[in-house]
Amino acid sequence: MAKGPAKPPPAPALIADHVSDQDRPTRREILTRVGAGVGVLAGAGLIGRLTWDHGGFGQTVGTGARQVRDYRLKDPSEHAELAIARARIDEISPDAEVIVKRAVDALGGMKRFISRGDVVVIKPNIGWDRMPIHAANTNPNVVAAVAKLAFDAGAKKVVVADGSCNDPARCFQRSGIMKKASAVGADVILPAEHRFRTMRLKGDVLDEWPVFTTLVEADKVINVPIAKHHNLAKFTAAMKNWYGVLGGRRNRLHQNIDTSIADLATFMRPTLTIIDAMRVLMRNGPQGGNIDDAKDMHTIVASVDQVAADAFACTLIGQHRDNLP
Amino acid sequence: MSTSPSTSRPAHASALLDLAKIESGDAHASHGAIDVSPIPWLTGEVGMVKALDRDTSWVPSFELPAKAVGPTIPAAVEAPKKSGCGTGNCGCKGKSSTAPSTSTSPSTSTSPSTSTSTSTATSTSTSTSTSTAAAKRPKKLDPKRPGSGIPARKVIRVLVWARRFSQSAFFAVFMYFLFQTGFRGNFTAQSDAPVRLPLPVEAFLLANPFVAAMTFLSTHTIYRGLLWSIGLLALTMVVGRVFCGWICPFGTLHHFFGWILPSKKGRGALRVEANKTHGYQRVKYYMMYGFLVAAVFGSAIGGLFDPICVAVRAIGLGVIPAIQYLTSRGLGLGQSVPLRPVQGASDGLQDVLAHTVWQTKQFYFHETWFIVFLLVAILFANRLIPRFWCRVLCPLGSFLGIFARFAVFGMEKDHAKCTDCNLCLVNCQGADSPQGGVKWRQDECHMCMNCESACPEDVIKFRFLPNRRSAITKPDLDKRMTLATVGIGAAALPVMRIADKLDVNYHPKVIRPPGAVEERAFLERCIRCAECMKVCPNNALHPAFFEAGIEGLWTPILIARVGYCEHSCVLCGQVCPTGAIQKITEKEKLGIGVAPVKIGTAFYDVGRCLPWSMGTPCIVCEEFCPTSPKAIWVEEVEAPMREPKAGENGEPPAMKTVHLQRPHVDPSLCIGCGACEKVCPVQDQPAVYITSVGESRSKTNVILLENTNYNQKT
Repeated sequence: MAKGPAKPPPAPALIADHVSDQDRPTRREILTRVGAGVGVLAGAGLIGRLTWDHGGFGQTVGTGARQVRDYRLKDPSEHAELAIARARIDEISPDAEVIVKRAVDALGGMKRFISRGDVVVIKPNIGWDRMPIHAANTNPNVVAAVAKLAFDAGAKKVVVADGSCNDPARCFQRSGIMKKASAVGADVILPAEHRFRTMRLKGDVLDEWPVFTTLVEADKVINVPIAKHHNLAKFTAAMKNWYGVLGGRRNRLHQNIDTSIADLATFMRPTLTIIDAMRVLMRNGPQGGNIDDAKDMHTIVASVDQVAADAFACTLIGQHRDNLP
Repeated sequence: MSTSPSTSRPAHASALLDLAKIESGDAHASHGAIDVSPIPWLTGEVGMVKALDRDTSWVPSFELPAKAVGPTIPAAVEAPKKSGCGTGNCGCKGKSSTAPSTSTSPSTSTSPSTSTSTSTATSTSTSTSTSTAAAKRPKKLDPKRPGSGIPARKVIRVLVWARRFSQSAFFAVFMYFLFQTGFRGNFTAQSDAPVRLPLPVEAFLLANPFVAAMTFLSTHTIYRGLLWSIGLLALTMVVGRVFCGWICPFGTLHHFFGWILPSKKGRGALRVEANKTHGYQRVKYYMMYGFLVAAVFGSAIGGLFDPICVAVRAIGLGVIPAIQYLTSRGLGLGQSVPLRPVQGASDGLQDVLAHTVWQTKQFYFHETWFIVFLLVAILFANRLIPRFWCRVLCPLGSFLGIFARFAVFGMEKDHAKCTDCNLCLVNCQGADSPQGGVKWRQDECHMCMNCESACPEDVIKFRFLPNRRSAITKPDLDKRMTLATVGIGAAALPVMRIADKLDVNYHPKVIRPPGAVEERAFLERCIRCAECMKVCPNNALHPAFFEAGIEGLWTPILIARVGYCEHSCVLCGQVCPTGAIQKITEKEKLGIGVAPVKIGTAFYDVGRCLPWSMGTPCIVCEEFCPTSPKAIWVEEVEAPMREPKAGENGEPPAMKTVHLQRPHVDPSLCIGCGACEKVCPVQDQPAVYITSVGESRSKTNVILLENTNYNQKT
């Protein structure tokens, strides 16, 4: 404080004296500065405009066409649309491979469906942590037989996958499919979270759902469900099997199980449907768990029309298609 | 001169020692006061020695600091300047020719010469490079080393590298076991083969003598694989706390973080001071005694502090899921790139990670932030006190420290040769007083061999059957404090248990894993190692916060909303090292031939249930119910339902009749697995939920009369 008057700060006038023409910005500098300012402002405006959130609900609802996966054969054929193969009475321990081949041959053989170099996806039911004898999952011998037929018909790659209900690793191993299918050379792929992507199903109740991409990225798709009892739907096989392509909270689907199955059947149209009824779960479905719940039938139903296949297969557990919802 | 040492070494380890017992060499520690005179460079003839602070040209050339302890190089240079110079300008420099002179230097007492002579005699008999041997072979001297330049023995240099290799290898094995603690499916297994993990992923816990001691004191038995811990005890009795320095994955973690994130005490005198033995290192002994006494009274709560448990818990439940979360977000970006190769690479990388490191889905753990926070805090503490966990807290380290007194391998020091260069302290891990002038603390030493590797003066020598003149083998504890912690350990149990959770007011959400023993026996055994939570394929098991009382912190509970108990899975019992969850078989769990294992019972909240109160079909719960016959059965009803639209002309909405299946629970069949709760579509608070009542392990937490064990005939 005491030194304030003694040492006055440098007078502004002194600085002003030193401002010369050289210190003034040049025209180029001025243009650069103003140009930069305008550029920043314009950039901010552009980013703001592009990312402007209008607010309000409903922005996330996807738009675009309904996505459908149609793997059916385009060529009309004189072959049968549905074939049923049963074990002969005299076969004591029937071989699944033989019966599958019999059913597929009746439709014209696997070569009718699979072209050389195709990537074939086989979608069995591997939903539950149950062993083959419980008949809650597709019989591993049937899956292996279908995979073998596909390879014999010239498939480049056969993928076996499903979105399980129980712990996938356990379902895949204990169903026996992991071992049997990989033994014939198929790629067995467990449903991992990152393999699910949202797709627009645009059905009556299914709008956008996460879909197991492994199952839909293929040239040909073969649905290999197991026929079994289901308390809500009475009977399930081919079309209900497509629940396995969905991720997310699919437990909500049961509130309208019929429509959602129909939506899925519209979304996924496989090349071929092979219903495994080698051993059929008659009660306590869809999971079973008791050996007594299942009954040997040694039947394979093959069809190009999954609705027709289901309509026949339901008779196996004593239902009629008209009785079902 | 005479006062400066005492001021620069305020809390020196010598304060902990009984001076009367210290051998002659210990004069070195207090040379400022008593025994400085025989050492020439402390007697004022400083001109004879090169002033230390002027010469910083040398760099330790041995392998040690070059990589593994990189930050110690500058520390090594500066240390003598600040701290070592508390002894005047003596310094670690000395001269290259001082080594012989020290051995012949006169002393006031007779014992130094004896100790010197014995050590010389023994070391020459083992044909190592003693000072005389070095004098005969001057070629071996390393001019780049400080002091006399005697290089460390070859065996020590090999051992230091062997230790680094061993640490890395054991840490890698630990992490591999942690990655393998989970079931990923097997391409070659038969469908009827029981699902088990192929590797003993809980091996580090089985070899843990502290865990074995706790559970032995609480249950008076050694559970199965815990017998392996005797092997580690035997190792400790041969070579000391080698586990801490060579094997312990958690110790390796601290060693590593102390290296890459050196503390503010990471250099110079502060580091030397930090690595001296401090009184706070007794804390771990007091805690360990407290935990053992608590175990005697019936609680294995010491597992909260066991290093292996901490490592499994924090890394398994926190670090790995967090890294998975980050990675899947990062690689998820790759999937949104509209290029097939990028998407394929992203998918492929995630596949590989899912099949090696983590699992096919993200795991979440109840309040795991706190576990991770504590891990970060412990790692950060290395910046304040180097190897804070190992020196101050670790009950396993202190348990091994007690048994290290029997070790036949240890350190011998030739105090007279020590030049106070403090290089040993700069590199010390255990803060076990490796420097000359004080006794070595065998119970604190991690046997990392850094001190001998760093010592330029041939003072420190690790050998079998060392003389113990320069060593303290037992922990230096305060008797009153020990008694006090023992008392705390004894008192803690009733204090924790008079809280109501255990005896009278069962928490409905404390649902223990299948095969868990009765709650009191469970607390006697559970060490909170989190192996069961890590292995659970459905993410069903979680560390309890305070649901099971304060004593039950981080014990496993099943949270069915996150994941249910997989019907045929018994993996949690397989990995449990202490038998808190018994190793049940599938047959026992499913109840084939015996009563099934029940962990709780399901209940309907009919006000939230779709078929019960909203006229909507559902019964996903019934579909998922794994028992046969199903514990959930449905009642077919035709129920009235209102149309959602108003009638014409303001009439009330019309009524219709809907067909519904209303679910019920049969409590005699329900096993409480929680599958129904997991899949209930009423997302936030499910319409069907499980509570612990009816669990088969308890005789008191029951509903049905016929299910109590009292009435069963068999």
